[in-house]
Amino acid sequence: MFGFIRDVSNTFLLTELRKGLMLTLKYFFAPKITVQFPEEKTPQSSRFRGLHALRRYPNGEERCIGCKLCEAVCPALAITIESEQRDDGSRRTTRYDIDLTKCIFCGFCEESCPVDSIVETRVFEYHGEQRGDLVYTKDMLLAVGDRYEEQIAKDRKSDAKYR
Amino acid sequence: MIVEFLSAYIGDSLAYFSWTLMKVLMILIPVTLCVAYLTLAERKVIGYIQLRLGPNRVGPKGLLQPFADVLKLLTKEIIIPSGANKFLFVVAPMLSLMPALAAWAVMPFADGWVLANIDAGLLYVLAITSMGVYGVIVAGWASNSKYALIGAMRSGAQIVAYEIAMGFALVCVLMMSGSLNLTTIVDTQRSDFGFLSWNLIPLFPMFVVYFISGVAETNRAPFDVAEGESEIVAGFHVEYSGTTFAVFFLAEYANMILIAALASLMFLGGWLSPIPGIPDGFAWLAGKIAFMLFFFLWFRATFPRYRYDQIMRLGWKVFIPVTIVWLVLIGILMRMEWWPW
Repeated sequence: MFGFIRDVSNTFLLTELRKGLMLTLKYFFAPKITVQFPEEKTPQSSRFRGLHALRRYPNGEERCIGCKLCEAVCPALAITIESEQRDDGSRRTTRYDIDLTKCIFCGFCEESCPVDSIVETRVFEYHGEQRGDLVYTKDMLLAVGDRYEEQIAKDRKSDAKYR
Repeated sequence: MIVEFLSAYIGDSLAYFSWTLMKVLMILIPVTLCVAYLTLAERKVIGYIQLRLGPNRVGPKGLLQPFADVLKLLTKEIIIPSGANKFLFVVAPMLSLMPALAAWAVMPFADGWVLANIDAGLLYVLAITSMGVYGVIVAGWASNSKYALIGAMRSGAQIVAYEIAMGFALVCVLMMSGSLNLTTIVDTQRSDFGFLSWNLIPLFPMFVVYFISGVAETNRAPFDVAEGESEIVAGFHVEYSGTTFAVFFLAEYANMILIAALASLMFLGGWLSPIPGIPDGFAWLAGKIAFMLFFFLWFRATFPRYRYDQIMRLGWKVFIPVTIVWLVLIGILMRMEWWPW
């Protein structure tokens, strides 16, 4: 009987509805957590897997030795490599394409690379404006590497002790 | 004064006509602007409740967002489904908007600020707003779409159910004021005690019933089964796009403002100031309407949608009996002269 009266009075006094309203009102005045993207950015991990880059040694020699481990490990078959012997006898790639529309950004290429040549950078704000724009060739990847080398080297260094 | 000035140039009847037309525009344009900014306010309030910022890119603080939305809707194509009844399909949005705007004719904004100060004002408002359901039903039927038809049927049944409870709640107000004239209803709430003499205090349960019914009447969350995005896509306006959709949108928000304005006039003392000594005026009414509108948005951000049978149960089995009992109770108290107000 007492329970019934309590239930009825809770229904007619809208107890639960008022509780819900108070909760949302509290959040109405709470500080907002939206990140205003182009002006503000969320912090990134040093292991962030974004746009790919091919690195060079400090003397300007490209790191890639054309071992094709990344091509073999790539689960999305996004990497295409052709290589031949260079005049000085070392093996170098003649073609190194990554189709970023196929890439799933798993980072296996980076893991598999014995010379730290193919890496994924923190860059994620890139786009293509027509079909084929997102197929990155060797020159484009090397250019990305040259452009962000400082950041890439810093990230590799900070992660080195865990690898 | 302006009528005399005009009649000197263009004759009496034309002067009267153009002055009335001007007054109509003086109501319609601010109402349309309020609708525009209510959509922005809705997105902002819901955003804030969800710890987001809401739209803030178009113009300073997002203040031009409504104009961007309107421009977008007006430039979009109106698609008429192949099996639709073309005439009714186009007429339905107008049927929906017309009552939402026509009801403003008798709305007093301050002492004497009213387009048509008719004695049966409240009756007129109830009659006109009930016609809004035709727009929804015709839209649902003319679309030749199952979702639209289901939405329209739901909306029709819901509006009929809640109209009754709403009517009874307003009858209590009529018993308090003894008049159907909206200006008189506000004037009877005037006294030296400020807000203590508003109908809100003695009729608080009726105010709650009226407002909840109002939310149901306008098909707003948590009673938005007529639209029910997650169940029937968008209900009665699923086939509408571009300008026709914009008109439905306008009607829904104009109805919200209307319900909020009526609640302010009937229960919150209209343009009367809550504290004795502070002058009355339109600003008070605007503030009260904004306060009531905030509740609409707050409800939408808080409550999940009612199940359809629960809506019907609440309307027929809870609100109508409760309002009838309360009505009789007030009647007896007034008759026995035990009523303090």
